[in-house]
Amino acid sequence: MNFTLKIWRQKGAKDSGQFVTYPIKDISSDSSFLEMIDILNNQLVEKGEEPIAFDHDCREGICGMCSMYINGHPHGPENLITTCQLHMRSFKDGDSITIEPWRSSAFPVIKDLVVDRSAFDRIIQAGGYVSVNTGNAQDANNIPIPKTDADKAFDAATCIGCGACVAACKNASAMLFTSAKVSQLALLPQGQVEAKARVENMVAQMDKEGFGACTNTGACSAECPKGISIENIARMNREFIKAKLSSENV
Amino acid sequence: MSWFKDTLTSSIGRKLIMAITGLGLIGFLLVHLIGNLALLAGDGGISFNEYAHSMKGSPVILIGEVVIFSGFLFHIIDGIGLVISNKKARPVSYGGGANAKTSTGSKIMGPLGIVITVFFILHLVDFFYRAKIADDLGLDANNIADLYALVVEKFQSPAYVAIYVVSMIAIGIHLNHGFQSAFQTFGLNHLKYTPIIKFIGTAYAVVVPGAFAFIPLFFYFTK
Ligand code: FES
Repeated sequence: MNFTLKIWRQKGAKDSGQFVTYPIKDISSDSSFLEMIDILNNQLVEKGEEPIAFDHDCREGICGMCSMYINGHPHGPENLITTCQLHMRSFKDGDSITIEPWRSSAFPVIKDLVVDRSAFDRIIQAGGYVSVNTGNAQDANNIPIPKTDADKAFDAATCIGCGACVAACKNASAMLFTSAKVSQLALLPQGQVEAKARVENMVAQMDKEGFGACTNTGACSAECPKGISIENIARMNREFIKAKLSSENV
Repeated sequence: MSWFKDTLTSSIGRKLIMAITGLGLIGFLLVHLIGNLALLAGDGGISFNEYAHSMKGSPVILIGEVVIFSGFLFHIIDGIGLVISNKKARPVSYGGGANAKTSTGSKIMGPLGIVITVFFILHLVDFFYRAKIADDLGLDANNIADLYALVVEKFQSPAYVAIYVVSMIAIGIHLNHGFQSAFQTFGLNHLKYTPIIKFIGTAYAVVVPGAFAFIPLFFYFTK
């Protein structure tokens, strides 16, 4: 298959960057999207040009590194997959494909398609944890948890923190991510001890990083490779209002 | 009180202000509509003028007006603030287009808000100002200000009727998203009730602005 790739090239954070067009030929329909870029990079290196910098790690859809905004969609046109799980058979021969980094003031571009997503790490550090005293691990069934709650918590926990929600949102809002991380703990008894401080601190950090506010548009959830529901955002709002009204943090 | 300020200036707090004022204004629309229905009484404006007259002078009405005006003001100012900070969150836009799958109404809440604000100002100048502040209307058979005559006169102009109807459509789309969105912002989301809330919001967004738009159309086509 042959494609025309329009790829965002940016030397560094300070550079303004621009699109560069690369034709590429004889790509197998079974090659993955990242393999296609690997092939292009090999060709670039052979020509003595700078290869395209992009993030990737597991290449099996679990680490959330492969952030690419492809033809107007984070992680490309298919639903419920990451870029590394996307294959060229999802495109038509001769297609022109636009590839850009996530666009958010909170995710500054480091180089080409690589953005700095450490804002997410700081949101997690602000409260996305439970404190557990050391000692022997207790029996797994000591704390009964309703199956439905466990399932919802697990659904929220499938978030891989890739940032597609921010990339898709017209406001570059991180509420789907933050709400998934609030929810996975708010739904479980272990998360109750720090529940109020958690949501207050995580939302405060999210705002500090410069993400936008939610407009209840639902693009985040529609584009999320893990299908995280915006029900989580409602839960975070609920937790936030509850915490603000009742916590002793004045 | 810093917790209070922190709450209302946080991203969720600012959404809460939008939701609370928005729902208040949605409620006000219904009250306003019920009053307007007197225009259709077919009695040459007697009951409408009486209703308009009863809206003058009482302190309760005055308090209501202050509340409604502040509702509009907070909703507009907070809305503009949110649009600005949301734009700042994405300083460089996508070159390959943003095709993310979304509901349409939610994406154009800001532009719709501008249309509605312009209409709101026009509406205040045309009716509220004339009836309440300038107080320069002629008198009807009962010797009270003849607001009915002014309304009928305005609704003879096709351009005016068109602006009115287009604005009502904008309000309808704005409400359709806004109503259910407010509940999401409050965190009131439930498998059983969210579909009902969405249904009520859509029904309200069709019926209330629809009825508002019906009145000028009725006067225009039956003149
Ligand atoms: S590289 Fe790990 S999710 Fe794509």
